[in-house]
Amino acid sequence: MELADIIVKFVLVFIIFAISLVIAMYSTYAERKVAAFFQDRIGPNRAGPWGILQPLADGGKMFLKEEIIPTNASGFLFIVGPSLAIMTACIGSAVIPWGQKLTIGSHVIDLQVADINVGILYVFGVVSLGVYGVMIGGWASNNKYSLLGAIRAASQNISYEISMGLSIIALLLITGTLSLREIAEQQHGWHWNVLYQPVGFILFLVCAFAETNRTPFDLPECETELVGGYHTEYSSMKLGFYLFAEYINMFISSAVMVTLYWGGYNYPGMDWMAAHAGPTLAPLIGVGIMFFKIFLFIFFFMWVRWTIPRFRYDQLMDLGWKILIPIAIANIVVTGIVITLINR
Amino acid sequence: MNTFYFIAFLSIFFSILVISAKNPVHSILYLILTFFTFTIHYILLNAQFLAIVNFIVYMGAILVLFLYTLMLMNLNKESEPVKANFIKIAAVIGGGCFLVTVVASIKALGASPAVILKDPNLGLVKNLGKVLFNEYLLPFEVSSILLLSAMVGAILLATKDPKTV
Amino acid sequence: MEPLSNKRKVVDNKPLNFLERAYLPAILQGLAITMKHFFRKPVTISYPEEKREFSENFRGMHSLKRDEDGRERCTACGLCALSCPAEAITMIAAERQPGEENLYREEKYAAVYEINMLRCIFCGLCEEACPKEAIYLDGDIVPSDYLRKDFIYGKDKLVEPPLNQ
Repeated sequence: MELADIIVKFVLVFIIFAISLVIAMYSTYAERKVAAFFQDRIGPNRAGPWGILQPLADGGKMFLKEEIIPTNASGFLFIVGPSLAIMTACIGSAVIPWGQKLTIGSHVIDLQVADINVGILYVFGVVSLGVYGVMIGGWASNNKYSLLGAIRAASQNISYEISMGLSIIALLLITGTLSLREIAEQQHGWHWNVLYQPVGFILFLVCAFAETNRTPFDLPECETELVGGYHTEYSSMKLGFYLFAEYINMFISSAVMVTLYWGGYNYPGMDWMAAHAGPTLAPLIGVGIMFFKIFLFIFFFMWVRWTIPRFRYDQLMDLGWKILIPIAIANIVVTGIVITLINR
Repeated sequence: MNTFYFIAFLSIFFSILVISAKNPVHSILYLILTFFTFTIHYILLNAQFLAIVNFIVYMGAILVLFLYTLMLMNLNKESEPVKANFIKIAAVIGGGCFLVTVVASIKALGASPAVILKDPNLGLVKNLGKVLFNEYLLPFEVSSILLLSAMVGAILLATKDPKTV
Repeated sequence: MEPLSNKRKVVDNKPLNFLERAYLPAILQGLAITMKHFFRKPVTISYPEEKREFSENFRGMHSLKRDEDGRERCTACGLCALSCPAEAITMIAAERQPGEENLYREEKYAAVYEINMLRCIFCGLCEEACPKEAIYLDGDIVPSDYLRKDFIYGKDKLVEPPLNQ
C-alpha cells in the first residue's frame, strides 16, 4: 500500500467519524423537532435560527455538568461502560460502502474503509458487542434499577439477534456473498433487495429497533419502571456518551439497512447520470442518495418513536421468540425453495 | 510473527487474570478479552469466518449470557463457599495429571500437518463452506443434530409439565 | 346500573389473532395518524413575541390610575390593603403640600404604595374595594425575576405614566 493510499484511507476514516458524530448530534435536534411536529408544536427554536445551535448548547451543558461517580460504584468499569458503548457504536461504520469508486483526476478512491469479505458478519458482531457497554455500565453503577436495565438490555439483544441473523440468512441466499460492497453493487439501478426480500426487510427493521434500544423496544431505559434504566447513575458527558451511542447506532443501522435492502448508493437512472456527470460527480450524487435514504430511515425511527407506546416485557419476548423467529425461518425456507426452482 | 507473540502473551495474561480475579464479574470480563485475543489469532491465521463467528457467538452471545447470569446471582466474597484444603490438593494433582496427559499426547502425535500453509485461503467463507459441505458433510450434519437435540432438551426443561401444574 | 350514556364499552379479553399479535396493521394505522399531525399547523404561541389575547375580565398586573387631569387618584385610604386576602398591599400616606394640586387629586396621597407580587393572588378585591377607582388589575402578566425583593412593586412600576407623555 502506498503512502498516498494510507493518507486517503486516514482522511476517509476521519470524515466518516466526523459525519457520524455530527449526524448523531443533529439527530438529537431532529428528534426534538420531529417530536414537536408530530405533537403540533414548534420545538426548540431559541438557540440560533430555527434552533440549529441547540445541539451545541446541549453538548456544552453536558460537558459542564458535575461528574458524579457513586461511592459504591465499581470505579473503572463505571467509566468503561459508556466508552465501550460509544466505541462499538462508532466502529460499525468501517465496512459500509458509502459510494461507488470515486475518481478524482487520476486517483481512484474507494469510498469504503475496509472491504472485508465477511462484512455483514462484522456488522453483526459489532452490534452484538454493543450490549456490553450497557451491561457493564448498568452493573458497575451498583444500583438495582441500573442492573435491571442492563439485564433487560442483554436478554432483549440476545433474543432479537437471533431473528436478525435469520433474516440476514435469507438475504444471503439471494446475494451469495457476505461482502457489503458486492451486495451494494448487485443492487445496481433499481434491483433493490427489498423487492425480493420484503418479509426479511421487515424482520430486520423490527430487530434493528430492538438492537438500538429505540421505542417501542426501549425497555432497558424505560423511565416509568426503572427510573432511567442502565444510565440512572450516570451524569455529565458519560450520560451524554450513552445517549450519543444510541443515535450513532441509529445512524449505522439505518446505513446497514439502506445498504442491505434499499440499494445503498444505487438509484434508478444511475447509468445515465454516470454517462453525463462524469466519474467524479456521479459517485458523489450516489453518496448523496445514500445519505438521503439514511435520513429517511432516521426519520422513520423517530416517527415510530412518537407513534407507538413501549412494549410490555412479556410482549417483547413473545414477539421475538414466537413471532419473529418462526417467520424468519419460514422466510428462509420459502426463499430457498424459490431459488432452487428458479435455478433449475 | 511478533504480532503473534504479543497476542499470545495477551491471551495467556488475560486467561490467568480470569482465574485469579476475585470478583466473578471481573473474571468474565477478562474472559471476554481472552476471547477477543482468540479472534485476533484467527485473523492472523487468515480464518476470517472463524474469527467473526468466534466474535459473534462467543463474545456476543455466550459470554453475554454468562455475564447475565452472574449479574443476577450477585456473588459476593462472603457467599463464596470455603473449600477444604484436601480438595485444593486433589485439584492440583488432577490438573497436573491432565497437563501431563495433554503434553504427552501432543508429543506422541507430533506436529499436525499445517493445513493452512497448503491453502492460505482456506479460512475464507466460500472455501470453508465448500470443505464443510463436501468433505465433512457427515460430521457437520451430526453436530447440527447434536445442537438440535440440545435445543429440544432445553425447551423440554423450560416447559411446564401439564400434570403437575 | 343503567348506563347514562352509550359510551360504555364491554372489555373482552379474547386472545389476539395472528395478525394482531404481529402488531403490524395497528402500527401502520398509528403511523398514519401521527403523519396527519406532522403536517398540521402548530398550535404553539411563542410567548414573549406573540401573545394570546386576554379575556375581557382577565386580571393581570395592577396599575394606579390618574384622573383626566393627570393627577393620581389614590388617596391612601387603605381599603385595598384591608380587603386584600393575601395581605400583599402596604402603603404609607402623606399630606398633599400646597403647590402639588396638579399631582394628587385629594389632600391625602400614598407616598409609598407597594404590592408584593409573590403574595398577590390576583383576586381583584382591591379593585372592588377602591372608592376612588384608583386601582385596576388591567395590566399584563407579571414577569418573572430572580430575587424576591424584585417582586415588591413600588409606585415607579404601578402608577400609570403621566398623560402628557
